[in-house]
Amino acid sequence: MTGRSFGRAIIAAAAATLALGLQPALAQQSVKIGFISTFSGPQAAIGEDMRRSVELAVEHLGGKMAGKPIQIIYEDDQFKPDVGKQRSEKLVEQDKVNFVAGYIWSNVLLASLKTVADEGDTIMISANAGPSQIAGELCNKNFFSTSWQNDQTPMAMGEYLNQKGVKNLYLVGPNYAAGKDMLAGVKRTYKGKIVGEDYTKWPSQLDFSAELTKIGSVKPDGIFIFYPGAHGVQFVKQWAQAGLNKTVPLYQVFSIDAITLPQQGDLALGTLGAQEWVNDLPNPQNKRYVEDFKKKYHTYPSYYGAQSYDAIMLIASAVEALKGDLSSKDKIRAEMKKANFKSLRGDFKFGNNNFPIENFYIQEAVKDPQGMMTVKTIATAVTAAKDPFADKCPMK
Amino acid sequence: MLAALRTPRGAVTALLLLLMAALPLLTQAFDQRYLLSVGTRIVIWSIAAASLNMILGYGGLVSFGHAAFFGIGGYAVGILSANGIQSGWIQWPLALGVAILWAALIGALSLRTRGVYFIMITLAFAQLVYYLSSGLEAYGGDDGLNISRSRFGGLVDLRDKASFYWLCLILLLATLWFSSRLVHSRFGYVLRGAKSNELRMTALGFPVFRYRLAAFVIAGAFGALSGILLANDGAYVSPAMMSWVKSGDLIVIVVLGGIGALFGPLYGAITFFAVEEFLKPLLDLLHRGWGEYWQIVFGPLLVIVALYAQGGIDSLLGRRHD
Amino acid sequence: MDYLLIQMLNGVQLGLLMFLLAAGLTLTFGIMDLVNLAHGSLYMMGAYFAWTLIGWTGSFVLGALLALPATFLLGVVVEVVVARRLYARDHLAQVLATFGLILFFNELVRAVWGPEGKSIAVPAFLDHTVQILPGASYPAYRFALIVVGAAVALLLAWLVARTKLGMLIRAGASNRRMIGALGINIELLFTLVFGLGAVFAGLAGLMAAPIASVKIGMGDDILIVAFVIIVIGGIGSIKGAFVAAMIVGQIDIVGRAFLPDMLKTFMDPASASGAAPAISQVLIYVVMAAVLVWRPTGLFGQRS
Repeated sequence: MTGRSFGRAIIAAAAATLALGLQPALAQQSVKIGFISTFSGPQAAIGEDMRRSVELAVEHLGGKMAGKPIQIIYEDDQFKPDVGKQRSEKLVEQDKVNFVAGYIWSNVLLASLKTVADEGDTIMISANAGPSQIAGELCNKNFFSTSWQNDQTPMAMGEYLNQKGVKNLYLVGPNYAAGKDMLAGVKRTYKGKIVGEDYTKWPSQLDFSAELTKIGSVKPDGIFIFYPGAHGVQFVKQWAQAGLNKTVPLYQVFSIDAITLPQQGDLALGTLGAQEWVNDLPNPQNKRYVEDFKKKYHTYPSYYGAQSYDAIMLIASAVEALKGDLSSKDKIRAEMKKANFKSLRGDFKFGNNNFPIENFYIQEAVKDPQGMMTVKTIATAVTAAKDPFADKCPMK
Repeated sequence: MLAALRTPRGAVTALLLLLMAALPLLTQAFDQRYLLSVGTRIVIWSIAAASLNMILGYGGLVSFGHAAFFGIGGYAVGILSANGIQSGWIQWPLALGVAILWAALIGALSLRTRGVYFIMITLAFAQLVYYLSSGLEAYGGDDGLNISRSRFGGLVDLRDKASFYWLCLILLLATLWFSSRLVHSRFGYVLRGAKSNELRMTALGFPVFRYRLAAFVIAGAFGALSGILLANDGAYVSPAMMSWVKSGDLIVIVVLGGIGALFGPLYGAITFFAVEEFLKPLLDLLHRGWGEYWQIVFGPLLVIVALYAQGGIDSLLGRRHD
Repeated sequence: MDYLLIQMLNGVQLGLLMFLLAAGLTLTFGIMDLVNLAHGSLYMMGAYFAWTLIGWTGSFVLGALLALPATFLLGVVVEVVVARRLYARDHLAQVLATFGLILFFNELVRAVWGPEGKSIAVPAFLDHTVQILPGASYPAYRFALIVVGAAVALLLAWLVARTKLGMLIRAGASNRRMIGALGINIELLFTLVFGLGAVFAGLAGLMAAPIASVKIGMGDDILIVAFVIIVIGGIGSIKGAFVAAMIVGQIDIVGRAFLPDMLKTFMDPASASGAAPAISQVLIYVVMAAVLVWRPTGLFGQRS
């Protein structure tokens, strides 16, 4: 027994070494990009949307950057920071990728930052998460964002509520870091009265009856929520079931999107949200992306996907500018910093902390002519917005 | 000593330890840095599993909240580091002290219960610590906390991967040595006696409760040690390190390696992390895209281990003599 | 006053939903001495079965009624293939094996139904609110939840107190060896009880689906709460599970609806709204620990 299993272990080890040994040869010819997202468990739908967009981007690039084949290695963070960190470590140390992109969750990004950007000296692009720490004191020359800083989207919503003259507001969000960031964000800009503020259990709360009953008794002019993914579905359903959709309008960030709308359906009709990208933004690259995405996957892309597509295009712009020569990190960083690519949201510039300076729009949940739920742009909330933590970043 | 090497268990263990001691050199020679990272993780988790094995394996006390000690050790280091205290000479003893106090408190309450009630009450206390740490907004709350690694003057630089690995390995050997001394002491006999027949041990006049509490506290301290190392490995702490799933993983490792076997935690951790690293690529080799569903295979594998391999990997190495 | 009443009603409704899940768990636990972590997976499978069957039949009621036997069959398969091999084993092996089942079922659902969640709409005849007091209305579907939960509680009370099966369950919870001495087909009894537990889990899952969402791992989140309930109530006791579910439901609502205001009477508002969710999140664990310290086998558990 012992002898046999030991023999097998040696064969396995030899096979693994062989497989690993083959990789450097490939690496010289291809542009290697590691992509971390959530591909299993309850949040896998977001990861799937991102992967589809990455694949579409590769397709649009003809599978090549500066004549070199693109190799994408997907890794699953399982929605856990320590696993995300391990997978990032693998991408940097074993696969020796040129870039690491992805990251839905702030805590996964924070756990991986040191491994990739500091100790691994590898360029890192967040296609979603934007914790305040990385925009501020932990900002890093190897880190770029194609999304936003957490506070920005709710701040844009606050501005819009001021413009609209909403006099008082009830805030509800989950009791974890991003939830607190989002509620704090709207409070930064909203000038009306906050008549209530509830934090719910995360991620296990499935019932919002207590909060909705409170809201029903306070009768505010509006509710502001942040509930990403499946939780957004639950909140919107229960808000409508309680009859509040007829009396109290819902304003949201990251809670009603292309991933959740098929489940929220008619209940979400007419709700307003803030976002830096909307599927109907009128630029040619966005039209092509949305059309091709719908043709290929028979559904609308979400902002998670659009930001991932942009991450690949940002990388492509730098690789093309350097004619495929990735030997100098300084040169790559300098090219990335230019943001010289056709973003789906339209052109933007990076701030000193490598976060985009960009517009935010207000979108309404509507039905398209085919009867499919989607969102459309109805207003521009803020233009060329810079995040509030950039001043804390020592980079100039 | 030499005689022990002639048994399969002795030979395999000796070879394994030799290989582990040489790992940093091997990974450098073959340019496989990542394997050293995996190795470090295996060693740290082995310490945690060994600490759980002290109460679960020898005492029969199924704690479903052992990952809380990961967190206590990790956060003690993290919070001190965030407040500018970087010296490991201060951080580590303090972290162990906090863990000992906490273990004594919850041990005294939990050990009043038996069986499933014990499983659940240890889980409850772990959840308590978990949510408490999520609420520490000054220290990152849910996002966790990026820290700088503990400093030990010129003695050892934890930023150097090889040195850190060797330090962890030495601490693992120390943990196993202590564990073996413990089991073969009078203390260990009482603990194991109480596992198989509590009434008899009580009737013989042994204060079983106090023995168990002592074991619980010792296990907590070694659990916190692994937490300290884990925090230094990633230079990061977060509430996720003490979620109930991590406590479950620790139980899986102990059972996989062999309950109550001295080197069981090490075998278990190696297997657990090897599966995590290699099952996915292996399935992808069979058919592209299958790798993503590796847990469809891993789940039933756990069922099979639970049903048919109670002795764990250790039992494959022949009968035990202890 | 209205406000207080409605919040209490919310607590009752939540408690009854939890009771549905906890009832099956405490049954299998009490009679077979099985720690079944995969009970949450049966809850999830009930919801997914219902989603598919409602899609086929076009009717919520019909789909739900068909999903129950489907979950029963699944429960029987799980019992025959895995669970029955675990009864004689220690809790450790049970935790390990059923933990493996959770992983299996979660990924199976992803392979079969895809990663995106599913939605079950509230049936049209319940899709409105009911005026319960002047100026206070309540969603009709939540009333339906209360009715179903209460009906199951009554059914179980009758089952346990008045039927032969109930007698065996009571006997099993207090003295497992006694059932064997009664000369009945234990294997069949165990399979039936496990299947029955699966039906309750599936019912809880499909009833929760219209207010929550049908998603991978939906059972894992609330499984721990269900365990807390049966431990507070005392393992094997249906009455205990009911009482504990009611307590947990009310604690949960109090923590969310009243605690922030209560804290504000002696704290500044900012720290009160920060502390309240943290406290309400751990409240049930504190209560459980306190109950166990006071009574180590729960409120209605058998003394060993």
